[in-house]
Amino acid sequence: MTVEASTRETYGRTLVELGKQNPNVIVMDADLSPSTMTRFFAEEFPDRFFDCGLEEQNMIGIAAGLAASGKTVFASTFAVFASCRCFDQLRMCLSQPRANVKIVATHGGITVGEDGTSHHAIEDFALYCALPGFTVIVPADAMETGEAVKAAANTNGPFYIRLSRPKTPLLYSEHYQFTPGKAVTMRQGTDATIIAIGIMVAKALEASDMLARQEIDCRVINMHTLKPLDDEVILEAASETGAIVVAEEHLAQGGLGSRVAQVVAKEKPVPMSFVNLGDAYALSGKPDELLQRYCLTGKDITEAVRAVVKRK
Amino acid sequence: MSHQAKASSETAPAANVFSLSTAELREMAKRLRRHVITMIATAGSGHPGGSLSAADIITALYFKVMRHDPKNPQWQSRDRFILSKGHAAPILYAALAESGYFPVEELATLRRLDSRLQGHTDRNLTPGVEMSAGSLGMGLSFGIGLALGARLNRRDYHTYVLVSDGECDEGQTWEAALSAAHFSLDNLTAIVDYNKMQLTSWTGDIMNLEPFSQKWQAFGWHTIGIDGHDFDQILAALQEAQNTKNRPAVIIAHTVKGKGVSFMENNVKFHGKAPTAEEAERALKELD
Repeated sequence: MTVEASTRETYGRTLVELGKQNPNVIVMDADLSPSTMTRFFAEEFPDRFFDCGLEEQNMIGIAAGLAASGKTVFASTFAVFASCRCFDQLRMCLSQPRANVKIVATHGGITVGEDGTSHHAIEDFALYCALPGFTVIVPADAMETGEAVKAAANTNGPFYIRLSRPKTPLLYSEHYQFTPGKAVTMRQGTDATIIAIGIMVAKALEASDMLARQEIDCRVINMHTLKPLDDEVILEAASETGAIVVAEEHLAQGGLGSRVAQVVAKEKPVPMSFVNLGDAYALSGKPDELLQRYCLTGKDITEAVRAVVKRK
Repeated sequence: MSHQAKASSETAPAANVFSLSTAELREMAKRLRRHVITMIATAGSGHPGGSLSAADIITALYFKVMRHDPKNPQWQSRDRFILSKGHAAPILYAALAESGYFPVEELATLRRLDSRLQGHTDRNLTPGVEMSAGSLGMGLSFGIGLALGARLNRRDYHTYVLVSDGECDEGQTWEAALSAAHFSLDNLTAIVDYNKMQLTSWTGDIMNLEPFSQKWQAFGWHTIGIDGHDFDQILAALQEAQNTKNRPAVIIAHTVKGKGVSFMENNVKFHGKAPTAEEAERALKELD
């Protein structure tokens, strides 16, 4: 049976750990701390927690000022607001000065579910990857979340980390070694490669199980870091498997698919296919219903792999 | 010396570097205005109007009120000045150069390729510049971060943020106004360069701010209204702002866009246009 755990709860617990180790860690939120789980930190270190109310633009500016005062600042809200609501502030206050601010946004993607279009962050990869200097990470499970948050705290400069609302399957043990920018090959394979990110990594593993039964030997890569991208592992996959499918809970434009395709097109063109949300907003529904409706299941990935293998 | 620098592990300046008399401040402001005209005319582009309206306020801060050390721009206990209206970069550059952050000759490189003096302020490039600005409405938020940083780091520096009247159209300015009062930041002072003119026309015609002072009051700020070209009033207001406890202070400085150059005063044409060589010459004569 699959064990599930909450990435945002792990985030909240990890912040408390970091807060104990480092008095310079400051946490901010925009009136969502019970949901983003920054409340654990707020309870433990009330003097180092600032709730900015529903002022996301102001929060980014204040975070930059705190960073300029030598602080390591974590700022959280829902992913849709953390990306779309305050983009110019991200650009001028964090990206351009390379501020030491970590935006950890929960409720990413369509698996937010019933709240619907206004709450589905599905353009955040594109927006954050467009910002020079940002490291962009989407953990695949709770264990990876804890490691990514610690890595962000220990690396100077702006980070964006996208987490999910629902619990997600645990893929890693506590011995997991995480390095930003270094993709993890979850499964070796020779016929094709699935490059996945976030919740789609578990779906990619399901797909590779199904494909194995159809005698397609599929490599699975967890590309947890969108930026900087692990070009090396992509080019190896292109050379050794000759076909690539990219799976992400994001619109078609500007996300992992676009980024991987840039690398492949330049260095080692091979047939590619893309499993994503295309060019349309999603509606309200339960997370699993939405994943089926908008074709983000293991089965959708298997179909994309079968099609791309035929084009080899 | 108006401040006593606390002895600390960081290098502290031997004395508050500048403490000009009012007559000297007037002369310095004139000199900075001349730099503004020459820089923008040389560059062929820039924003003279809003630089000239802010000249006296910036002169008072850099040459009398603020604790700062041009030899040590990163001195941790320095007072912070944030130019939120980043298009007035020339007047800040002039003040920084005259106080010794970089050579006065460098002012001639404004807006040129590879210059440290960008069209709008850049904290990565220019010694003494605290914030990359130019997209309006962000400076007050940044200033709040610095003021909270002072509180967390137990430092007694003061943060001054100069905002334009035009950028009080931006919603973020009012988000910041709300939160600075919420956080009871009495180590933060906002100064509004209220020259009543924005890019297209009078603020009253484009987006009326009145009743302006009452808005800040309602947001929980201590408000002080002054003539932003009268040094006695500027200095008294900055002192009153420093003495304000438990809430932030805002100085609403009534100013004249293009102040000091007759044909630029209240002339919207010079919001974002460089003077021609002939106009620059006339302007410099007036500022002699």
